[in-house]
Amino acid sequence: MNKPIRTMAIFCMLLFLGLMANATYLQYIQADELSESQYNRRVIVESFSRERGAILVGRDPVAESRPSDDEYKFQRTYPQPLRYAHVTGWFSYFSQAGVERTQNDVLSGEDDRLFVTRLLDMVSNSSPQGGSVELTLSQAAQVAAYDGLAALGENVQGAVVALEPSTGKVLAMVSSPSFDPNRLASHDLGAVQDVDQELNTREDEPKLNRAISTTLPPGSTFKLVTAAAAIETGNYDADALVPGGPTYQLPQSTVKIGNGGRSCGTDRIPMIQALEQSCNTTFLALAEELGNEKMTEQAEKFGFNATSLEDLAGQAPSKYPEGANEPNTALTGIGQFDVTATPLQMAMVVSAIANDGDLMRPYLVDEVRSPDLDTLDKTEPERIREAMSSSTAFELKKMLVSVVANGTGTPAAIPGVDVGGKTGTAESGSDQRTNYAWFVSLAPADDPQVAVAVMIQNAGVPNDDIAGGRLAGPIAKSVMEAVIDQ
Amino acid sequence: MSQQHGFLGFVHRQRRGAELFLLILALLVGIGAYVAVGLGVEGTVPANIIGYGGWLAVLVVGCHVTVRIVAPYADPVLLPVVAALNGLGLAVIHRLDLAGDSTFAQQQLVWMTIGVLLFVATLVFLRDHRVLQRFTYTSGLTAIVLLVMPMMPFIGVEKNGARIWVNLGPIGLQPGEIAKVLLVIAFAGYLVLHRDALALAGRRLLFVDLPRGRDLGPILAMWLVSLGILVFQRDLGSSLLFFGLFLVMLYVATERPGWLVVGGTLFLAGAFLGYQAFSHVQTRVNIWIDPFDDFFGQGNQIAESLFGMAWGGLLGRGFGQGSPDRIPFAETDFIMGAIGEELGLTGVMAVVLLYGIIVERGLRVALVCRDGFGKLVATGLAVVLAIQVFVVIGGVTKLIPLTGLTTPFLSYGGSSLVANWVIIALLLRISDQARRPVPDLSSASDADADSESTQVVNLR
Repeated sequence: MNKPIRTMAIFCMLLFLGLMANATYLQYIQADELSESQYNRRVIVESFSRERGAILVGRDPVAESRPSDDEYKFQRTYPQPLRYAHVTGWFSYFSQAGVERTQNDVLSGEDDRLFVTRLLDMVSNSSPQGGSVELTLSQAAQVAAYDGLAALGENVQGAVVALEPSTGKVLAMVSSPSFDPNRLASHDLGAVQDVDQELNTREDEPKLNRAISTTLPPGSTFKLVTAAAAIETGNYDADALVPGGPTYQLPQSTVKIGNGGRSCGTDRIPMIQALEQSCNTTFLALAEELGNEKMTEQAEKFGFNATSLEDLAGQAPSKYPEGANEPNTALTGIGQFDVTATPLQMAMVVSAIANDGDLMRPYLVDEVRSPDLDTLDKTEPERIREAMSSSTAFELKKMLVSVVANGTGTPAAIPGVDVGGKTGTAESGSDQRTNYAWFVSLAPADDPQVAVAVMIQNAGVPNDDIAGGRLAGPIAKSVMEAVIDQ
Repeated sequence: MSQQHGFLGFVHRQRRGAELFLLILALLVGIGAYVAVGLGVEGTVPANIIGYGGWLAVLVVGCHVTVRIVAPYADPVLLPVVAALNGLGLAVIHRLDLAGDSTFAQQQLVWMTIGVLLFVATLVFLRDHRVLQRFTYTSGLTAIVLLVMPMMPFIGVEKNGARIWVNLGPIGLQPGEIAKVLLVIAFAGYLVLHRDALALAGRRLLFVDLPRGRDLGPILAMWLVSLGILVFQRDLGSSLLFFGLFLVMLYVATERPGWLVVGGTLFLAGAFLGYQAFSHVQTRVNIWIDPFDDFFGQGNQIAESLFGMAWGGLLGRGFGQGSPDRIPFAETDFIMGAIGEELGLTGVMAVVLLYGIIVERGLRVALVCRDGFGKLVATGLAVVLAIQVFVVIGGVTKLIPLTGLTTPFLSYGGSSLVANWVIIALLLRISDQARRPVPDLSSASDADADSESTQVVNLR
């Protein structure tokens, strides 16, 4: 009987090897995937009980863990909840978002860069601590942006993004309406679920980060892209004569488009005047002349049809309709038809103009620090590409300054500072009431420190560039002032 | 075979010193784990560590002394491995007690004491395992009675969807665990008598030599009755266990691999029919395919166990640092989930290896055993442990669909623990018989005949 017994010995060995291989697969190979499951509460309970690192703006924490007396040892607290809600996101028992989510490894202390710290914690048997993350945001700019939007009233939905043109640092990022992440981070889990339910069902979608996730027709602010494409051909500069006139006959159509009563000459006008007065006729004609291919190329150089921000999830790519026909291409020249952009995208456009044509990658996380405040990692500014030549950027900058000094952008003027800006108002669909006010700007023109994009939805303003500038311009102005005054 | 031993002059060493040394290591595992639980969960060494450690030491040393006296040639590895597993199991159950405010560990310690007493009793009173062959049919009948017991009114109890418990006054028993041992004895006793008839007599049908009905009949009946009862009780794990056991013992006794083919085919057919016919089988399979599909219902237990094991990773969270109490019934069927979480892959590997050692040492006993009955019993006991470990750990780690079985020596559960201690006692008894020097029968009768040419081999 020994032969079958030996066979059984081998069979049993195979069974046990199977168990070991499966356990290895489960606990080593599949482990990360299982730990990320939405149902897995272990990871989250563990991080609730751990001193999570702070998220800092300047020296002030905008998210920190404070000792608490209940079953979890720490309570995540957001000292300025409404202002920073969309950037910090939240750290709740059920879900995480924003920087809390994208920088979770550092904040929870699991990051490889914190390996030594973790080892020391283990050896000294002290409870593990997370590293902190310092954001690029400027406290003053963020406050100015939030207060500016809030001042427009409760029903206003909008967003502000401010960038440092030379680096791509995000100096301000605000979305309105905002919400209180403290209510989501609460340890009263029943209440958290109620709040979450309430926030998710509200029609004005407070959790939505409109600065990066909402794409809308950019309207006249897109004329900057059209102008850049025109100047890049080498045929134009700020003073070159471009088609003007009171109306524009859309090709293959009976539709005529006017300028809303602004003075755009009778035939040909200098480009600088066309931008000052935001002449639709000029940029419709220019876009038609350039054609879809050149327009697409220029838009994509500015970052359209792609995403660029890596520090937050949920960025929607801004769209330029590649391959549109002639009349539609003409319409894209004034930011209509299927052109859509996020406020971040429009801030990148004006930021590239401010930075001599170089488009920088926008980033929110400036530094990652260990629990004892050693800098572990500092983000190096990264040039995405040259969006246009520096001479094109120079011409555009000159025209933008003129828009604020002499044209539709006067509400953004700051005494003693050369400010460049461009208004925009766009409509989507035929409903005239749902239009959007845009304002993009840079300052100071000779050495730009800040590029801003303001977008206001549901403002209830007439479809008029001047009105849009009146609404959004002052917010851009106060954000620029906040940065320059520092 | 005995002549061969004598001729080669090979004598197994007793190795009782080695056993004692390994037992001390095993005690260190058990007591160390208990201390680690105290430090990890409450931050202090448990107050009763002297009493607890002392009691474990008394039990283990008691076993050792018994073996030293009544089974000096027994395998020296089995007892330490079992002691380590039992000690570890107690510590893990204690850890779950601290999380869930229960007192399973105390009860388990009582059961362990009873198990050790039965272990000692088995070794002391059963001096020769061949005696058991006399009880072939008694064992079979008792096993069937035990299996029927949970179905009887008043004493049978249904728990967690399976009717496998009996209540005898204050204590609950799982008679299936005890029936396991009795069935091995019954199968072995029957097969060792009828193996030649089963293997040689009969007619050939479709590449397989079918035995005569009168040879196969009784054992087939015994097996069908036990299996039928189990299916009726919805105890899938035990059904699988008894089926596999029967098949393996038949194969080993007849040395005909054809039985494995026939059995494997029957198993697949049975599994398919079971899946078609019973909703609880379908549920189990669906949970196996995607435990997260019904996370808040049926799939919760296995899903939490998987999360725990993944959370444990390579080295585990450490005692008290995980949350194995999230797994429902972690102290019984899912104790491997708790071990995987807090002791990591390292702990799981160590435990599986320990089981591997028990099984392979058991099969080694079967190999060196001199009588057919002993061989079959040892094989059956070793294989029953192997299948049980595979079915339960494979189920917990989602290798195969989950079927409820206890994890030998680790899980909380009195019947299982006691039955497994008896299994180890039987294996030790058989190995003592097998490794013991052959009584020198030749010297008395044959020495005169050819004393000149034969050199007497001194065995001791």
